[in-house]
Amino acid sequence: MSAAVQPPVQPVVRVRGLVRHFTLKGVLNGIDLDILPGEFVALLGRSGSGKSTLLRAIADLDHEAQGSGELEVPERLSVVFQDARLLPWKRVLDNVLLGIEGRDARVRGLTALEEVGLAGREQAWPHELSGGEQARVALARSLVREPALLLADEPFGALDALTRIRMHALIRRLQAIHRPAILLVTHDVDEAIELADRIVILADGVIESDIRVELPADSDARLRRFAEVRATLLAALGVQVAVAPSI
Amino acid sequence: MSQLTISAPRSILHSVRRAAIEPASPIDPAPDAPTLVRSTQRGHNRLGLGKADRRGWLVGPALLLIYWAAGSATDFIDPRILPAPWTTVHTAIGLIADGRLPANLLVSLVRVVEGVAIGTVVGVVLALIAGLSLVGGYIFDSLMQLKRAIPVLAVIPFFILWFGIGEVMKESIIVLAVVTPVYLQTHNALRGIDLRYVELAETTRLSQWQFLRHIVLPGALPGFLLGFRFAVLWAWLALVVVEQFNATSGIGYMINLAEIYAQTDVMLVGVVTYAVMGAGSEALVRVLEGRLLGWRRTLAA
Repeated sequence: MSAAVQPPVQPVVRVRGLVRHFTLKGVLNGIDLDILPGEFVALLGRSGSGKSTLLRAIADLDHEAQGSGELEVPERLSVVFQDARLLPWKRVLDNVLLGIEGRDARVRGLTALEEVGLAGREQAWPHELSGGEQARVALARSLVREPALLLADEPFGALDALTRIRMHALIRRLQAIHRPAILLVTHDVDEAIELADRIVILADGVIESDIRVELPADSDARLRRFAEVRATLLAALGVQVAVAPSI
Repeated sequence: MSQLTISAPRSILHSVRRAAIEPASPIDPAPDAPTLVRSTQRGHNRLGLGKADRRGWLVGPALLLIYWAAGSATDFIDPRILPAPWTTVHTAIGLIADGRLPANLLVSLVRVVEGVAIGTVVGVVLALIAGLSLVGGYIFDSLMQLKRAIPVLAVIPFFILWFGIGEVMKESIIVLAVVTPVYLQTHNALRGIDLRYVELAETTRLSQWQFLRHIVLPGALPGFLLGFRFAVLWAWLALVVVEQFNATSGIGYMINLAEIYAQTDVMLVGVVTYAVMGAGSEALVRVLEGRLLGWRRTLAA
């Protein structure tokens, strides 16, 4: 594919008519989705809506599934799982550099660890780290591959509330530096609004709504927009809220 | 020692104070309910066993030794049935001094070391073939599972038929005893690799070789070491058996010879040597395990 012929903003992910069936769980009934380079998309939906199925299809982890449709996905793709999924028999740096060889590998690994705030812990064993630190190693392992697309399946789901807030700040800072497109699967509406440029809601295996967040910088306007998006999302997710939150 | 004491006066104070603050509480406990005062020094969970003494394992052997010594000293134990501990020690020193024990021990040790080395290599190679390829599994796994059900003792007549009664037969039996646990545990570990790590390998685009080197083999190491530990123990057990067959050297030979001359003290030294060597080599493997599996240290501790 030559870049000169293509229009300037070519989506990094192109999904067309994606259908997936499993014998037991998870169904997608025709998904169309484009993700632009550097775009942060959050995928929301109730459990069983197919959001993890879509992520696993894009990550090419659904060999057991039947289905059809078109998928265009970048070569440089990284996945952050819900569990940090570190290899317990490898030290932190070797976990980050899993499968990466070459002379500058070590330096790249150390840089990635420094970026996630774990400089000096490269020789630790995974079990010596806290849950938040393990999640940060997993993030470093993804970023050291300089992905064009980062897929994250509820990466903060197992963390406590305070650690989550710190991880939100970290992932925003890292995205500003590395500019990967990010597809974040989450069930946390506030997390989605806080982090994403765009929120896609899945329901029964189809895209139910596609909302741009566009939080203003000014803090009052930001809170107002936050509440507005939140109400829209909750309505789309079918959650009844008796009284609008007063801010 | 009880850590709970019942203190009645304090409980009365308690209820008086509560009554003053919330006088109308209808679910107030009875005023004479005992209060539990906990000691601040807490040794262990109330229902747990508590912390084990590191030298506690010595108690059983020490009791046995005391019983043996007391029985021998009072002629309760006939020295023709079981020689006294001091006789045994004296005999052992004599056997070491005249070189009979070291020479025979060396022969036995060589048999075990060679048998363990060959058996471990064969077991690991078979486990890799059967664990990492479907066809290999079809060919070898059911055979190995069948072999597991055949006691080593039962095949000795065949091995004598095939290999004679010399060293080859003896070491083949030890190899056979070693192969089984090494194969079973290693194969099990190789096939039991966590699917989550397979997904990780796919998303990090590992090659087949990188997947083996970074995930499958290190992940199977604990299983292999467990099998190896069994194997070392089994090798000594197999040795005891094969050294009963026409041996002209080795600890078993020493025992057999002593049996002919009714030297119970020499026989006993031989048996104790087996025990010490078996337990000692297993302890050595444990040390090796601790070194190789450093990443698991806190789980075991």
